[in-house]
Formats: sequence, structure tokens, C-alpha cells
Amino acid sequence: MSQTTEDKPKARRFEPPVSATTQDFWDATRDKRFLVQWCTDCQKAIFFPREVCPSCLGSSLEWKESTGRGQVYSFTIEHRPQNPNLEGPYTVALIDLEEGVRMMSNVIDCDPDQVSVGMPVGIAWEPLSDGRHLPMFAPTGNPTATGGDR
Amino acid sequence: MRSLRGASALVGVADDASPTGELQDSGRALEARMISEALEDAGLSLADVDGVCHAGSSMGLAEYLGIHPRFTDSTNTGGSSYEVHVEHAAAAIASGLCDVVIGVYASTPRSDRKRGGGFRGGPGMMMGPNPMAEWEMPYGLRMPMGPYAIAATRHMSQYGTTSEQLAQIAVSTRQWATMNPKARYQEPLTIEEVLASPMQTSPLHLLDCCLVTDGAGAFVMTSAERARDLARPPIFVLGAGTCHDHSMISEMPDLTVTPGAISGANAFAMAGVKAGDVDLLMGYDSFTITALLHLEDLGFCAKGEGGPFVEDGKTAPGGSLPMNTNGGGLSYTHPGMYGMFLLVEAVRQLRGECGARQVDGAEVAVAHGSGMVLSCMSTIVMGTEATL
Repeated sequence: MSQTTEDKPKARRFEPPVSATTQDFWDATRDKRFLVQWCTDCQKAIFFPREVCPSCLGSSLEWKESTGRGQVYSFTIEHRPQNPNLEGPYTVALIDLEEGVRMMSNVIDCDPDQVSVGMPVGIAWEPLSDGRHLPMFAPTGNPTATGGDR
Repeated sequence: MRSLRGASALVGVADDASPTGELQDSGRALEARMISEALEDAGLSLADVDGVCHAGSSMGLAEYLGIHPRFTDSTNTGGSSYEVHVEHAAAAIASGLCDVVIGVYASTPRSDRKRGGGFRGGPGMMMGPNPMAEWEMPYGLRMPMGPYAIAATRHMSQYGTTSEQLAQIAVSTRQWATMNPKARYQEPLTIEEVLASPMQTSPLHLLDCCLVTDGAGAFVMTSAERARDLARPPIFVLGAGTCHDHSMISEMPDLTVTPGAISGANAFAMAGVKAGDVDLLMGYDSFTITALLHLEDLGFCAKGEGGPFVEDGKTAPGGSLPMNTNGGGLSYTHPGMYGMFLLVEAVRQLRGECGARQVDGAEVAVAHGSGMVLSCMSTIVMGTEATL
């Protein structure tokens, strides 16, 4: 197990800043709700969240709760992290969400050597120091998973 | 589109690097030395210069030099900045905005680190507000190699590319470096040594990654007419193209296809050349995977076939497509934004000045720069007088 969320000092990782545009997203993570932004005109999901739709430049945007399901588009195993507070090896992946958008995350609750392109994953949460949670992903259909604060 | 073909030429070049990886001078002093050497190479003087390109601040550079350019370009697209500068300078010269343009780069990360002063003397690569802080940095992806590693994983999964094939690129490039006395690494390399080097961010080993060295270079460009009266045989800009499609790797549409597929096609079309006409490819090799993607996106082989293409040493000395004949970012030098060295080597090869590593009869060369994380590609096709 390369990465667990228990018994780690707070703020061991770089914690994401919050902007006015993303306040709702981060607030929802306090309740472990995973919001994805949608353009109500294009009916397309948007990630990363922004002020206007990157397809139509319209500002008619709304938040919808994500299914939290997706699959690994690609990944790397970090053997020598730049952040001295992080311990390798761990997996950094690009996740294709069911909503049709892609995001970066970590795949946790899984030996990095077991991660593969196309692997189905679901949302998991790591606590941040201020009560927010950072969205992460774990293999789905893995009843023995431990350590993910879900 | 009005073609830039043959309207301008690269007439002076200079670069510097050292087997120690370090240079004595830095910052503006190093930039000024490169400019002076490039102007001398061209047979021109600072008084002739009326255009300036610099990826940090062209205004700061012009102020330092005491010149008053009427063409200025501070475009920063990371490592491809210098190919973009050549493209812009070619357009400016062709349209009469200016007559003689200089471009320069100097960065001394290795010495700076030793001096304990952090990065100095090189233009910064991360400016302004950046969603990366919110959506990528928390996940601990090592920069800059992590994004390239993710691209390599995807290429391997989609096309069956192997670590051995990627390693062959480092090996072939090292073969060229053995013939460059300024190269950081000049000893031959084997695939086994690449694979045995420490895994950094999988699937990239240490020797899949470029160097961190001091280095600097400069170019001088002018109109085709004026170029013919100067010191060296002019190397004409035949075609140019640029394209970018993301700045964060998580926003790259397809990790197996770079915007070089567009910049390259446009530059080749303007130049009127096909991949088979190219005698030399200077393809930005920040990592082995970077060079492999260029081979596919520029059409030297089909998408997905870069691995088999490099396997038999096609890009090595004696191969059908000499690539990165100075030893590349993998073995010659890599101060952070390497694109300048692509241009300098291409010009020297087309002039026939490269000694032991000279590519016989080279007439058409491509300098293909890659900036940030496979984000901005810029392609310059250049040729000798015979290609006009």
C-alpha cells in the first residue's frame, strides 16, 4: 500500500487554493460530495471549473453531483517525489469521468503496480487540513480496500 | 496565407555549453556574449539590429544593449519559444517591419544551484495565475518529467511501445554526442544502461530524461537579399508553423498526439517539403518519449510506429534520419528551454560546419521545438540556397 490517509501530519501535501469560482466545489468536498460543472446551454460537463463554458463562452453554468465513477486514462508511478512530505512510490493518474471530462488525481487503496490504463475507479476522499477533502480515486469492486477515508 | 518561404534567412548563430555542465558567465553578460558571437558569425554589428526576441523581456534586453528595436517579441512558450521567435521574425522581415533580428537565450541552472541563489539568468516559465495550483499540484506529480511519463504510459498501452524502444532514442542520441566535444556526456551508452538507471517517474528512467546544465545561444536573421551579402552561406527559412492546445497535462486532448501534428504539417506545406525530403531532424528531446512523439507527429512514421521506427538506429549516425546530431537535450545540454540549440545545430549542419558529426550533403533541416508539457509545438523548416 503506497498511500494511506491515516496517521499523516496535516498539510503534508500541497493544498489547493480556493477561488471565488470554485468555492462551491470545495465547500461540497466538506461533505464528500463531488460536484462537476455543467454548461446548461451545451449540456456538457466542464472540468476544471471556470467562469465561462469553453465550448460556447456562455456563463449559464451549474453544479451537478458527479457519479464519481471513471476510468484510468493514463498514469505514472512517482518513485522520487519532489515534495519531501510525500513518500513514493504512489500513482498519479488522469481519470476520465463518466461525465466526459478528465482530471488529474491519485489512485489510492491499490498497489501502484496494479494500476492499469482503463482500470475502473471511483471517488475516494483525502482530508485536507481545513475540513475540505481532496478528490482521489480507488479501484471499484475492491471490498478489501482500506485506508481511503470514504 | 502569404508564404514566408525563402523571404528571410538565419545568418548568424552561436551557442555555448561545457562537458562540466557549467559556464563561467551568466545572465545578461552571457546573453551579450552569445549575441556578440552570433553577430560576428553573421558579419553584422549591433548597430544593424532593429529587432529583438527574448522569452523573458525583450525590453530589458534591448535596454541592456542600448538599442531601440522597431520589432519586439517576448513570447514565452517554454522550450519552443525560439522556434516561435524565428517564425515571428521571418514574418516581420518578410513584411518589412524590420531588417535584422537577434534572438538569444541564456540559463545557468547548474551554476545557480551551486551558488545557492536559485534560478537566475533564465526567463521564468511559470507566470500569472495558474489553475495548476488547484487541480494538479495537490497530487504530487513530479515536474517536469511527470506529464511526459503519463504520455509515455498511454503510448505504451495504446501502441505497445516498449522501454527498450524509448531507450534506443537515448542510445542513438548519445552516439551523436560522442562527436560533440562540448557535450556533457560523450561516452557511448547501451540500452541496458538506460534501463538500469534509476526509475524516476514510471516508465521514465533517469537516462530517458534530459540533462540539467548551463547553456546559451543566439541567432541572427535578416532578409534573403541582405543575407546573400553576409559572411556565411545563408540558411533560409522555408516554412514555419506553431500550435498549442493546453498548458496543463490534464487538459491535453490526446496524450499520444501533440500539437506538432498541426505545426509540422503547416510548416512542411509552406516549405513545400515532405518528410522524405528532410536530411536532418532537430527534434526537442526533453525526454525520450518527446522525441518519439515528434517522429510520429511530423510524419516520419505513422502514429504508433515510433517505437519500431527507432529500433534499428535510424536516427543514429549512419541512419536514414539523423536526429539531434549535437547530442540533444539528452546528452549535449539542457538549460531548461532548449529550443535555441535546435536552431543553432540545424544551421551549422546545413552550412557543413559540424566536423565529425557532419551529415553529408544536408540541404533541408527541421528544428521542432516543444514547450511546457507537450503544450506548444513550433516547427521551422530551413534549407540551403539550393532548396529555394
